Amino acid sequence: MVDQKNLKIAATAVAFSVAALAQTASADTLRLLTWGGYAPADVVELFEKEFDHTVKVTKSNNEEMVAKLRATGGGGFDLAQPSQDRIAGPQAEFGIYKPMDLSKIDGGQFITSMLEATKANTTVDGDIYGVPHVWGTSGLVVDTAKAPSVQDYTDLCSDAVAGKVSYRLKRPTLIGFAFSMGLDPFAAYGDEAAYADIMGQVEAKLIDCKANVKTYWGGGDELMGLVRSGEVVASMAWDTGGWKLNADNADITFVAPAAGALGWIDTFVLPAKGKADDAAYDWINFVMQPEIAAMITAAAGNFTASQGADAFASDELKARYQASFSPAAVDNIKWYPPVPAGLETIEGGVLDRVKAAK
Amino acid sequence: MRAEAKLGLALLLTPLLLWLSLLIIIPHINMLFIALRERVAVATYETSPANFLTFFREPLYMWTFVRTALMSVMATVITLVIAFPVSYYIAKIAKGRRKSGLFLLCLVPFWVSELVRTFGWMILLRETGVVSNVLQYLGLVQGPVEMLYNDAAIMVGLVYTSMLFMVVPLVTTMESLDDAVIEAGYDLGGSGPSILREIIIPHATPGIVSGSIVVFMLSLGNYLTPTMLGGKESLWFTELIYSQFIVRFNWELGAAFGFMLLILSSVIVWGMLRLTGQTLEKTMG
Amino acid sequence: MIPDLECVDLKKQFGETTAVDSVNFSVPPGSFFSILGPSGCGKTTIMRMIAGFLEPSSGDIQIKGKSVLDVAPNKRPVNMVFQHLALFPMMTIAGNIGYGLRRAGLNKAEIDRKVGDALERIGLPGIGNRKIDELSGGQKQRVAIARCMVLEPDVLLLDEPLGALDLKLREHMKVELKALQTAFDTTFVYITHDQSEALVMSDQIAVMNHGQFEQMGSARDLYYRPETRFVAGFVGDSNRWSGKVERVQGSEVELRTERGMLIRGNSHGRSLAVGDAVDSFVRPEAIVVAGKASDLDQFDTRISGEVSSLLFNGAASRILVRDDQGDEIEVTLPQSGEYASLSRGDAVHIGWSGEQSNCFAAEAS
Repeated sequence: MVDQKNLKIAATAVAFSVAALAQTASADTLRLLTWGGYAPADVVELFEKEFDHTVKVTKSNNEEMVAKLRATGGGGFDLAQPSQDRIAGPQAEFGIYKPMDLSKIDGGQFITSMLEATKANTTVDGDIYGVPHVWGTSGLVVDTAKAPSVQDYTDLCSDAVAGKVSYRLKRPTLIGFAFSMGLDPFAAYGDEAAYADIMGQVEAKLIDCKANVKTYWGGGDELMGLVRSGEVVASMAWDTGGWKLNADNADITFVAPAAGALGWIDTFVLPAKGKADDAAYDWINFVMQPEIAAMITAAAGNFTASQGADAFASDELKARYQASFSPAAVDNIKWYPPVPAGLETIEGGVLDRVKAAK
Repeated sequence: MRAEAKLGLALLLTPLLLWLSLLIIIPHINMLFIALRERVAVATYETSPANFLTFFREPLYMWTFVRTALMSVMATVITLVIAFPVSYYIAKIAKGRRKSGLFLLCLVPFWVSELVRTFGWMILLRETGVVSNVLQYLGLVQGPVEMLYNDAAIMVGLVYTSMLFMVVPLVTTMESLDDAVIEAGYDLGGSGPSILREIIIPHATPGIVSGSIVVFMLSLGNYLTPTMLGGKESLWFTELIYSQFIVRFNWELGAAFGFMLLILSSVIVWGMLRLTGQTLEKTMG
Repeated sequence: MIPDLECVDLKKQFGETTAVDSVNFSVPPGSFFSILGPSGCGKTTIMRMIAGFLEPSSGDIQIKGKSVLDVAPNKRPVNMVFQHLALFPMMTIAGNIGYGLRRAGLNKAEIDRKVGDALERIGLPGIGNRKIDELSGGQKQRVAIARCMVLEPDVLLLDEPLGALDLKLREHMKVELKALQTAFDTTFVYITHDQSEALVMSDQIAVMNHGQFEQMGSARDLYYRPETRFVAGFVGDSNRWSGKVERVQGSEVELRTERGMLIRGNSHGRSLAVGDAVDSFVRPEAIVVAGKASDLDQFDTRISGEVSSLLFNGAASRILVRDDQGDEIEVTLPQSGEYASLSRGDAVHIGWSGEQSNCFAAEAS
């Protein structure tokens, strides 16, 4: 009697575990390491309904993504979304990604020029590691009523806005100032000495400019608070930040700097120890559909590399984009090339010294 | 019988030892190995003390550490000065519900995360913040005042965060002081200051020392408060470690900095103990 | 002669409760004055008022004829030995004894000399550099007293300082305290709930209950001539009977106990009338034991019974005698040892004179 009961329990247990195994085979959990807004809840819901996969979203930023993947040797996540300039270097140094199988991606959904550019930028030893997703720029957020004079990065150092400007102590600031000073840091990427020289000049400029700065902002929310309260009238920032503020206060908007906005493309990459590649490809193909991409644009505020998604984007966003970017300004966008490994050390020294300077 | 007892002891200690070695010792050894690597080319490393030498050769790093340590010492002293009368009041003067109420008040800040607490201070201190507005409303100042983004703001944040860790050991030691001993001091002709100096402070020394060590280490290792409340030049040592690890991908230097923080802070604590004639055993015992 | 300490109409109110109610007493110089009472009777409150830690609600405290109400505790010429001594654990023995002298601003040489003298006087010379926790209970006691005595106070207050000691040491310290008091020739005010401490050491004892002094007098007076029912019950051991007065003749009283036994007693001048409810107290040593009833003819109260318990305690051995009504009466055996062979169940006869039986009006309940 007892034996029979035990047998029953055992049989049920086996049946359950078989069922569980079967389920994992068809429905994966997709562990997505991405930016805030890139995997909005409604998109995740649609995806889960269509594919029977579950999606676990972890929000992060470029540096943390690389650091997290490095700590685990490329494990813990199935799909990550670093900027395209953060793929080749870290891959060469730490080997945290695995090559993309482009045959599993519907290339027709991508804007061809962007796809080709990203493929070229993320190629290491002949393998392609990334495809583009969301792109945007960083430049200036300006209260045009209070600081109409600010048109370029170096204008942040003018007396007219003394004590009321802010920027991040991060590499975009260094690059932006370099361009604004008439230098070309991207051209010097391959030459450490030349790059160090450029950074030296930028360092001097930033230290000189320090008195003008109210504070160095650290996170998007902090910046929003500073500009919204009027404590800061001009700052380096992402385009979306400027557009968000524009919705609240028509005077504040994103300004593409004279020296050129800095263009970035966030990509899809497969972490080296990712376990659900098929789900990852499913996700990529799913979110690159124009309608879905438009949903992501609505959530993140940035446009995607999806062909035809513009048609679905809101008119307000398009209007803001056009107000900030003239056709000439679009042509003038400086797209980040891949960062060669080791440059961060030079930049890091500069940033530390700027921060510590009186 | 003795062998059995030994076995029992070993079994009891195993989880502790496992915990210690897995979570503390092994990671530290791993960190040390990372710190002793030098990147010579892409994905190639050599064993060398280069990272430690960087710490000493680059005055910026040394100065940042010295600044961090001095500010932490200052935060500890300020915390002690504020916490001492508070603790005395809680331990010796307040009774019953008021006593537990006050103690709870010290605990309240810990019901929210450090991030929220720090944001709270930012809302209060910023140029368009509460304090500035109140001062303007009262006509005490003309125009907005910025109280955020400077060392004083860091100090306020650190002291606020540390208060509980000073109050708890102080209250505990002071509660163990018999009221009659203080009364005896008065009875024998002592005055308030002399009783404080000769009776209360000597008695509370273990609490003062352990509280100070905790507050000093917490301040030294704090990251959020100094980075968020601090100004343009207030570089904190933990910020350096964070940026080496996360922003620069330079784990080697970050690990070396981490070790320097560990070593130097231990040296400072040891030095302070020697300076005040205390020992760790006395404090803990 | 001006008394060292005088309390006039001293009162202390804590909210609704009156802890000390109109207490008057004066302590002549060089005497040992005790306040004896159960815990919560207000004796500690008096002590703390004298020391200055509490302010009286009304009344006056005078030391050497001068009111000290406006004098802070650290300026009063009184010092206190605390219940748990309250020695300073963070200081050496010399540091403890010298504390008050340092506070008084004496120079170091003088402090050292005085501390040395004090240690000598309490029989602990040369241990000044030791720590407090190296001392035994009795030694701590002496240090606590020396710490006060170096300041040469007009009055030394002692708040049940023997309470924490074990019995044997307590017995020893009683004698020693008295000796120290004589040696220092200082006025001691001692509070205790232990009657034997008070009886052994004091020149004068005040028995306190419910915030008031019940009786003040020498140990002998309190023991043999208690003036109130409370004193009779509290000081020394007593057998107690409750009953009703049946006859009064002068100060002689006859009462009938609740169980119907007739007892003779004495009111010692207290007014009692027939029908009053009374309590009668008889000391165990006032009762005489005899083997034959005829040996007790001279006593007006006689009872027969049997031994229900033997309480051997050397010279202070007692027996419990159960009478016909089932009451147990405690009786002290004569020291001669003639009843050493008494055992449980033996029939005995006991008796006492009415003179020895103190009658008080029973508490109105």
